[in-house]
Amino acid sequence: MENLVYLIVIALGLGGLGIFGLFWSIRSSQYSDMDGAANRILYDDEFDSTPKAGAE
Amino acid sequence: MMSNPDCSHCGLPLGSLGEVIPGPTPDLNFCCPGCAAAHDLVAGLGLDQYYQRRVLDNDARRIKPDDSQDGLEFSLYVEEKEKSGHPQSTLSLVIDGFHCAACGWLIEQVLARDSRVTWGRVNMTTQRLNVTWTGPATLANDILAPIQTLGYRLFPFDVERVEAERLARETDLLKAMGVAGFAAANVMLLSVAIWAGYSQGMGPATRGLMHWISALIALPAVVYAGRSFFRSALTALAARRVNMDVPISLAVILTSAMSLFQVITGAEYAYFDSAVGLLFFLLIGRYLDSRARSRARSSAAHLLALTARPVTVIKTDGTTMSMRPEAVAHGMTVLTAAGERISVDGTVLQGASDIDQSLLTGETLPVAVTTGDPVYAGTLNVGQALQIQVTASSSETALAEIVRLLEQAEEGRARHVELAERISRLYAPVVHILGLATFVGWLLAGATWQTALLYSIAVLIITCPCALALAVPAVQVVAAGRLMRRGILLKSATALERLADVDAIAFDKTGTLTIGQPTLSGDYQTFDLQLAMNMAAASRHPLSRALVRAGAARGLVVDVTKAWTVEEIAGGGLQAMVDGETWKLGSQQFCAVSDQCLERAGTAENTGPQLWFCRLGLEPVCFRFEDELRTDADQVVGQLAGMGYYLSILSGDRTAAVKALATRLGLFDWLAELSPGDKYQWLTDKAAKGQKVLMVGDGLNDAPALAAAHVSLSPATAADISQAASDAVFQGDKLLPVQEVLTVAKRAQTIIWQNIGFAFVYNGICIPFAVAGMVTPLFAAAAMSISSIIVLTNSLRLGKIQ
Repeated sequence: MENLVYLIVIALGLGGLGIFGLFWSIRSSQYSDMDGAANRILYDDEFDSTPKAGAE
Repeated sequence: MMSNPDCSHCGLPLGSLGEVIPGPTPDLNFCCPGCAAAHDLVAGLGLDQYYQRRVLDNDARRIKPDDSQDGLEFSLYVEEKEKSGHPQSTLSLVIDGFHCAACGWLIEQVLARDSRVTWGRVNMTTQRLNVTWTGPATLANDILAPIQTLGYRLFPFDVERVEAERLARETDLLKAMGVAGFAAANVMLLSVAIWAGYSQGMGPATRGLMHWISALIALPAVVYAGRSFFRSALTALAARRVNMDVPISLAVILTSAMSLFQVITGAEYAYFDSAVGLLFFLLIGRYLDSRARSRARSSAAHLLALTARPVTVIKTDGTTMSMRPEAVAHGMTVLTAAGERISVDGTVLQGASDIDQSLLTGETLPVAVTTGDPVYAGTLNVGQALQIQVTASSSETALAEIVRLLEQAEEGRARHVELAERISRLYAPVVHILGLATFVGWLLAGATWQTALLYSIAVLIITCPCALALAVPAVQVVAAGRLMRRGILLKSATALERLADVDAIAFDKTGTLTIGQPTLSGDYQTFDLQLAMNMAAASRHPLSRALVRAGAARGLVVDVTKAWTVEEIAGGGLQAMVDGETWKLGSQQFCAVSDQCLERAGTAENTGPQLWFCRLGLEPVCFRFEDELRTDADQVVGQLAGMGYYLSILSGDRTAAVKALATRLGLFDWLAELSPGDKYQWLTDKAAKGQKVLMVGDGLNDAPALAAAHVSLSPATAADISQAASDAVFQGDKLLPVQEVLTVAKRAQTIIWQNIGFAFVYNGICIPFAVAGMVTPLFAAAAMSISSIIVLTNSLRLGKIQ
């Protein structure tokens, strides 16, 4: 029965991680340009190397 | 090898603009020096892959470089900040001419080559560009110049002001949905264990632990995810009204509170799963709904930004400066370049030109103006540069007057009450009275107050408006999704309801029933057409362009070896000197066509626009044009009439043109030469008589009518303000979407009524059991879930029906 305690904690921890991930992805505006994300992946690394990160 | 017949940069057919410029290799050819320069720039930066990667979008404007953006001062819109001692400037822009992801790639790459730019990113969904650079705001034009050279047009767009609030609300919804989903999943898992425990002999201690964990997850989630419902319910109650959020909030709060009470007292049952499950389902619906609509709205905002551009003012000392339109005062002199939209009302001080007033009047063909003539904001200067003395600016212009009329009309529409709202106004009080009656009844019957409270809460839970709250939004989400796949964007939440009870349809003519572009009609000698086309290639007048298009469609190419000097006479036509002779292409007066010629050409009763082509000693040729109907207009109008709608045409165009079109379509109710105010009046009159009219229109002159109509539609080619004023926007050059949207709306309404009917039947069966205190928690949970699933499944049918 003690296993239950661990399992519940693990389940909640994983769920919490999911929620944290969602909030993080919303905050870093990953939902603001869905079409862009879908297309950028087709351009290999060229997109990443160019717009210098920093501002925003 | 046969070379590509299209321009290697912009993709327009070669020769359509009168010249072909060979590129560095034989397979590269350009239609104009601008395109050649753009290609040079791209190749010079080593970005030629762009041309292989791109997919040209036929609906988007071609990326043909031109000078229409000369004088646009971007620095006026820059936000400048101090960052570690250096000025840092940020600018948001709308991109015009965006075709596909490769365009986004190209723009970002070009910006990345500029060492001053620290951030340059294109949002491909909204087609906007964000640039940040180190340095003062005044660098803006310099930094953006290469992108304009490529042929994109850029327009300043203040995202913060226009959209911040909407974006924040949508993000909130998404977060709430995530939290509710997390809570619902976990609480349901625990519930499965608890339910299984009843039959497998779970001990009270274990069950208590499970219940406490459920409470721990569910309660914070309810508080967080339910905020928007609670807030809306409170607002409604404060205004002494009841909306759907009141019973939803009450059910969620009561369920949670009672479950907590049960858990504390160590009772057998708790219903946290119902509370969070309900919130999760409702939030999914709300989020999808808000996304579908914000998509339509952002395209309208996008278009509004296209017109907000600075004005070039000529100061008394003769120098020019750029000003925001709202800062321009009476009596100032404004310079409007060829191809530029006029942003003030005024009189022409100097110059002669043709003005395209289609935005204001719906008339396709430009009007000639010269010194002393009035010009209006919103019209397009298609001829030559004009100096205009300002008589009214920003809020005093005729354009602003139309916008005011529009707002007035929209206020009236806000009074429409949603179906769900109307039902909940009846439903909510009944449910609450029933709950109270159960409590009082059981007390009187001698039950303890705890039992009485438990039973009355059971009534509230079982009647919990799950099915009812989903009945309308679920259908709306499915319908909006289906319409969006067909290129129809619904902008207003109540549009479907209003579309469903339409009994009459009023069409605008130009740009709605027709394509809104003149097309050459009739047969002509190839030789005549070739010569006229050579001349017309020099002009931007719509008729000249139509002539060139028609020539190209017949396989002719503009002959660039004939370097004629063509002169454009504003309000008249074109004039060229060929071998010492004067050739003319233009209006009947301009070409001085004699009456005998007119008779011979048989054009006396011709209603459409014409161009005359005159050469010395030869019979003048008359090119006739007509504004072509949308390809399926005949068919769709026929079918709509067959479906029982009363059809009318409301046009600002000339009587003869409207009559000809009405006859052709077999419509007998038509009105011509209407002003924007007349159309608005016509619709308010109809509304006063209780008729529910669907207005389909595109011009700015239709905007007040669109807002005044019971419900309205506009094509995606419509004026920005018209799109903002209408309830739905349809894409493509067919009229079929009008029929589609009406059919879907009717189906949607039927399904909504089925859902509501089902919800009432369900309540009718369950309430007596609940009032009698016979509802077991398992039964309540099952009944609620099943009712929601039935409503959702029924709504999904809408997506499949043909």
